[in-house]
Parts: sequence; structure tokens; C-alpha cells
Amino acid sequence: MKLKAVAKTRREALALAGIAGLAALIAPRISLADEQAVAAEIKKLYGDKKIESGKIKLDVPEIAENGLVVPVTVDVESPMTEQDYVKAVHIFADGNPLPGIVSYKFTPACGKASASTRMRLAQTQNIVCIAEMSNGNLHMAKASVKVTIGGCGG
Amino acid sequence: MANTPTPRVRLPAQAKSGELIEIKTLISHEMESGQRKDAAGKIIPRKIINKFIAAFNGKVVFEAEWNPAISANPYQSFFYKAVESGEFTFTWKDDDGSDYVAKNKLTVA
Repeated sequence: MKLKAVAKTRREALALAGIAGLAALIAPRISLADEQAVAAEIKKLYGDKKIESGKIKLDVPEIAENGLVVPVTVDVESPMTEQDYVKAVHIFADGNPLPGIVSYKFTPACGKASASTRMRLAQTQNIVCIAEMSNGNLHMAKASVKVTIGGCGG
Repeated sequence: MANTPTPRVRLPAQAKSGELIEIKTLISHEMESGQRKDAAGKIIPRKIINKFIAAFNGKVVFEAEWNPAISANPYQSFFYKAVESGEFTFTWKDDDGSDYVAKNKLTVA
């Protein structure tokens, strides 16, 4: 073991072992996104603009047995008229290799700002949804999904 | 997948003026995420459908940008408020540059 060669005292050896153990704990998570990655994506889109809660209904299962196909439905409260409608909706995941899941562009012709799709989730994590209104207001919703079998990698 | 992706779209053929209709779409596509490794441990290159566009009478009404996190054989549903008769054009854009197109007529009574 290299560790023994480097460490001269028992104390040093323990410290080194501790660092190695910590590194082993952190290492497998490095390739996955985290809350900060999601925050960075949101910042890239909208800067430091104020984000309110409410108006968004994010429908995801509490427990997903198969992370390969997790249904997700987003529903944003809006009259969807030419003056007042939902412009865009972005959905992110904070535990996938890449934070982005899907971005929608709505128009008043949709009549309802609602869409459903199916996503892959690597592990138990939070789903974050941001909606941009036609007047520039932002809204956010969060939901957590427990994943029994991960859907990325292999 | 050797076969070309086949899009499937379900929407009512007729609607009343002002009626809200739900459009459901499905396309067969492996959506290779670029995160998987093959038996030799090499990463399989990403190949996904990155965009879905729905247009009515040539005007875009709904768009979705898909990331690798979208499941294989991607499903997408959304709504449309029927105003006039016409034709929907649904386009799926693949990473390799191909477009898959489906057209559906809607009659508004």
C-alpha cells in the first residue's frame, strides 16, 4: 500500500486513510449534477431574476420503480391569452449526469400550458420546474422522486 | 435501431370551435443518452431526438427541446385550442440531422 509508505506516524496514516475514504465517498458522485448545477442552469437562462413559487403543478410519481421511464406532467396556471400566457417551461433534475430534462415553448394557441412526457432518472432526486410568463415573471416548483432502479449509465 | 423512427400521433379528427384538444405523440427512437458504456467500457455516442415542433397551418404552436434525460421512444403530449380547420405538422429533429414528419388534419365544426 502506498499509504503506508507515505505516512511516517500512526496519526498521519489515520489522517491519510480518512482523506482516502472521504475521496472514495465523493468520487462516484462527481459525474452527477447537483443542486448547484441546476441553479447554474437557471442562472444561465434568467440571471438573478426573482423567482416566485406557486402557479405550477408538477406531477411526478413519489416512487418510481423504473428510472428509465418516469412520467412527468407540468401544468401552469394561466389564462393563455395574447396578453397573458406562459412562454416557456424548463424542467431540471439535480441527480442526473446532466441537469436538463426538457424545455417547452408554449404559445397562446395551446389554450392550456400543460405537457406530459417521460424521463430517465439516475437516482432518487429532486425535479425542479421553472415557468416563464409572458410578462417576464418567473415561477418555480420542486418535487422529489424516489427511484428504486436507476435509469442512466450501465 | 435499424428501422427508421415511426411517429405516432393521436388527436381528435373533429372539434368544436374553442374546444381544448389534447394531442398525444409517440415516436420510436432509442434516444441513446451518451451516458451508457458498451461491453468494452467505451461510451456509446449520444444520438437523441433533440427537438419536437408542432405547427398548425404553418404556424408553430408548441415546441419541446429534449435532453438525453428523455426516455427511449419519447412520448409527448400537449394541448391545442381549436379555432379553425387545418392541418398539423409535427416534426422531430434528430441529432444526425434527419427530420421525421407527421401530418394530421383537424376539422372544426
